[in-house]
Amino acid sequence: MRLTLQNVGKVVNGKTHLYGIDLELESGSFNVLLGPTQAGKTSVLRLMAGLDRPSSGKILEDDNDVTTVGVRKRNVAMVYQEFVNYPSFTIYKNIAAPLRRTKHLSKAEIDVKVRVTAEMLHIERLLERLPAELSGGQQQRVALARALVKDAPLLLLDEPLVNLDYKLREELRSEMRQIFSYGTTTVVYAATEPSEALMFGGKTGILDAGRLLQYGPGLEVYHRPVTARVSEIFSDPPINLIGASIGPQGCRLSLNVVFPLADHMRSLSPGDYRVGIRANQIGVVNRSGNGIVIHATVELAEFNGSETYLHARHGDFTMIALLNGVREYALGEAVSLYFDPSRLFVFDVAGELVAGPEWKPYNTKAA
Amino acid sequence: MAHVELKGIAHSYQSSPASPEDYALHTSDLVWEDGGAYALLGPSGSGKTTLLNIISGLVHPSEGKILFDGRDITGLSTSQRNIAQVFQFPVIYDTMTVFDNLAFPLRNRGVPESKVRERVMQVAELLELTDNLKRRASGLAVDAKQKISLGRGLVRNDVAALLFDEPLTVIDPHVKWKLRLKLKQIRQEFKSTLIYVTHDQAEALTFADQVMVLREGRVVQTGSPTDLFERPAHTFVGHFIGSPGMNLLPCVIDTAGVRVDGHSIPLDPAYIARARSVDGELELGIRPEFVRYEPQMMADYLPVEVTEVEDLGNYRIVTTRLGKQLVKVKVGENVSVATGPGWLSFPPEWTYLYIDGDVLR
Amino acid sequence: MQKTFDNRAWFLVLPVVLLVAFNALIPLMTVVNYSVQDIFDSTHRLFVGTDWFKEMLRSPRLHNALWRQLIFSGLVLLIEIPLGVLIALMMSKKSGWKTSLTLVLVALPLLIPWNVIGTIWVVFLRPDIGLLGHFIDSVLGISFDYPTVPIEAWISVMLMEVWHWTPLVVLLAYAGLCAIPDAYYQAARIDGASGWAVFRYIQLPKMRGVLTIAILLRFMDSFLIYTEPFVLTGGGPGDSTTFLSIYLVKIALGEFDVGRAGAFSIIYFLIVLAFSYVFYQALQRVGTGEGK
Repeated sequence: MRLTLQNVGKVVNGKTHLYGIDLELESGSFNVLLGPTQAGKTSVLRLMAGLDRPSSGKILEDDNDVTTVGVRKRNVAMVYQEFVNYPSFTIYKNIAAPLRRTKHLSKAEIDVKVRVTAEMLHIERLLERLPAELSGGQQQRVALARALVKDAPLLLLDEPLVNLDYKLREELRSEMRQIFSYGTTTVVYAATEPSEALMFGGKTGILDAGRLLQYGPGLEVYHRPVTARVSEIFSDPPINLIGASIGPQGCRLSLNVVFPLADHMRSLSPGDYRVGIRANQIGVVNRSGNGIVIHATVELAEFNGSETYLHARHGDFTMIALLNGVREYALGEAVSLYFDPSRLFVFDVAGELVAGPEWKPYNTKAA
Repeated sequence: MAHVELKGIAHSYQSSPASPEDYALHTSDLVWEDGGAYALLGPSGSGKTTLLNIISGLVHPSEGKILFDGRDITGLSTSQRNIAQVFQFPVIYDTMTVFDNLAFPLRNRGVPESKVRERVMQVAELLELTDNLKRRASGLAVDAKQKISLGRGLVRNDVAALLFDEPLTVIDPHVKWKLRLKLKQIRQEFKSTLIYVTHDQAEALTFADQVMVLREGRVVQTGSPTDLFERPAHTFVGHFIGSPGMNLLPCVIDTAGVRVDGHSIPLDPAYIARARSVDGELELGIRPEFVRYEPQMMADYLPVEVTEVEDLGNYRIVTTRLGKQLVKVKVGENVSVATGPGWLSFPPEWTYLYIDGDVLR
Repeated sequence: MQKTFDNRAWFLVLPVVLLVAFNALIPLMTVVNYSVQDIFDSTHRLFVGTDWFKEMLRSPRLHNALWRQLIFSGLVLLIEIPLGVLIALMMSKKSGWKTSLTLVLVALPLLIPWNVIGTIWVVFLRPDIGLLGHFIDSVLGISFDYPTVPIEAWISVMLMEVWHWTPLVVLLAYAGLCAIPDAYYQAARIDGASGWAVFRYIQLPKMRGVLTIAILLRFMDSFLIYTEPFVLTGGGPGDSTTFLSIYLVKIALGEFDVGRAGAFSIIYFLIVLAFSYVFYQALQRVGTGEGK
């Protein structure tokens, strides 16, 4: 089902929660809504479901105006953060519950659907238990099953994995990817972690303080953020944003580092800008040969098992670099950081992207 | 700052435990060195919070003794133990200002007001709360509140250990970075014994010098983050740490190595000899970071089929099929991988054998 | 959670509106009608405008009844709220059959019909056959005859009222206490806080919502009290326990002065309406405050 939001806004008690959201979700697409907490993700999901009515704008399902249609009349399934299951029903009854309301299905048909969905989520052996007897991960699978069994054209998930421990999250995420790749359900998944957006693939919408900043294929939004704010939200570890000015001498970073303009920056007019360098674009080795050096002092080195996050300070600015391998650094140690100017994002003072590193959408099909 | 030791500790939440399943923590001896930063890492239900609560005194262990600097403190109450604990969600006194919140533990112990002031200002500066000292604690954002909770633990300089129970759970991912940095700075400034419970391996590995991995009430391995990553002693550690976890492939011993689904993988002969002398289910373990991938055929490489490539911005995860087994490989963002045929090599220095889950040394 | 709006909901309210109109609004209009007239009998009526209102507001008997009422309500709050909280603090927060039993026993007085309560205490306090009355009179040797001694009548009424309504405060406070997560108590133990500090800085602030409800509810109810004191003392001896509503009934039915009573009713009604408004506002603020 194609879902369209036209200039949708939401005002509650005088406070604006959502400002004019324009969004078009293709039928069968997988969409991640990425943004910090309080960005408005839950508000958007509730409007899509019909639990709330927008204060302004229209919502269309396949060209039908459903702005005023309540949730009971819409065919939507929703999964929440707090694994919500009927506590007094067995798992079987929990999953069958949404089907019982549609009277066109016989008991046998319901039984088949329940068992197939349970198997998809690996809970077929728990059908006779009560939700209280299950672990967090299993309960969330039941909630998912209940949403999937409906086969609704629209499936909304509000940070469903946030209350599970990280390994379980990984497992459920890859299972969900498999499940959602079949079928024609349009899926909208709200998340706060950028890695989730990238892991699911599909399209990503960036939401911040009630505004939709960008929407497009996940990797495109990641590699071509339209504003500095988008690049901030869609990065983990945080992107390094540094003030810069472009003039006759080339580009001067506020860190007193000067270098000639890279190709993609040549067409920019002189003036003040902000440049963004992702943590993994900074290294301690001059990889590309034309790396520009920043001399910094180590503030902190964190090991992630296979990588090192290096926090180094130059003047007032602390940069974060993601280095391969485990490297030990002493606090206060001097270190030379290198970056390749052709990998810089350049944003104007208003925050808009004016120049970005070269990137082509990646094709995994064999040449 | 104290040396914490647990001797013969076991705990069951039931009043009369009958079988091992009734125990949340199985009998073990554990030591935390003075001034060390430790992480207790494990999935939900592994017993890590129970362990933390036994150290803090919130839970009285069914069996065993707890020693701080050699002194048996098993019978002492929480307030007598000089520990500080930060919980999953911020615990602050709503009606007090930030200053009073931080001063509370000191005032309760009768510390003179001038000392209180000095200490509170010191901690407030470290946590960047100085601007908010006069404000009511209830009005602040979640991460500021969590800093206050943390601050209450830091104001007391007689604290034997600082305990953290998944403190970053409610914090936004963007703000987590700043708080982790803060925790590290605190570590350097205060040199207390720090024990941090989490289920997030990234948090555990970045925070701690020594990580204890728990599973079903038992400590499976203790080691530095590097040790746990490069030399997991148990398949569970290999699986739990690392994203994605270690590749574990069932195999059988061959003449010069092992065989996975008909494919031969050469290993050190001495290693193989030791493997032959032990009985049990054999698995080959190698982390996706260490598997070498080549798009073209290379000598001594194994032919696989690349079924999926996930682009994750900084890196890519390549899922390949070796016979019936799945092998995942982690490659950098500049490496081009296409679905279809591919070639893998398992460097022997990163390839381990596991017998019934335990690593063969 | 935001409320959904549906105008069809007004139809669901219609039956109630009609019921209220019939049972309350129409009699209220009748009262208003009476309050502006001097009525001798059904055929002799005289329109007197606001005379009754002016007279009632200046009446010393009314002032005395109002004064007694305020003292009564004040004492009720002073005793019941702390006592209720104290009992709630002593009750275990763990769930189990013992806790459930305690809750039921504590709540029993709330289930008894009010005039029965009055009757129970009438017998209970009789110096000849009442358990308590006899105990005080004969065993303790203090002469006790509440129908004739004003201070003893007051004490009796207070005893009965506290026994009757403190359980409500207990239940509300208990609910509030149960809602406090364990981690707060744990943190307090770690901070070395004394029992009093735990009460002052954790329990009391977190009970703010339920205590607001308890205070306002008890104040309003006690302001309207009629049945129990009437059964117990009849308003006596003399005027000593004549609270506002008892006074009102005395004028209306005892003296058949419907006009005066009507005026007083309206005044009484407006006072209670004002309190309800305050209650409603406070509840709203409490509601949004507990949103965290």
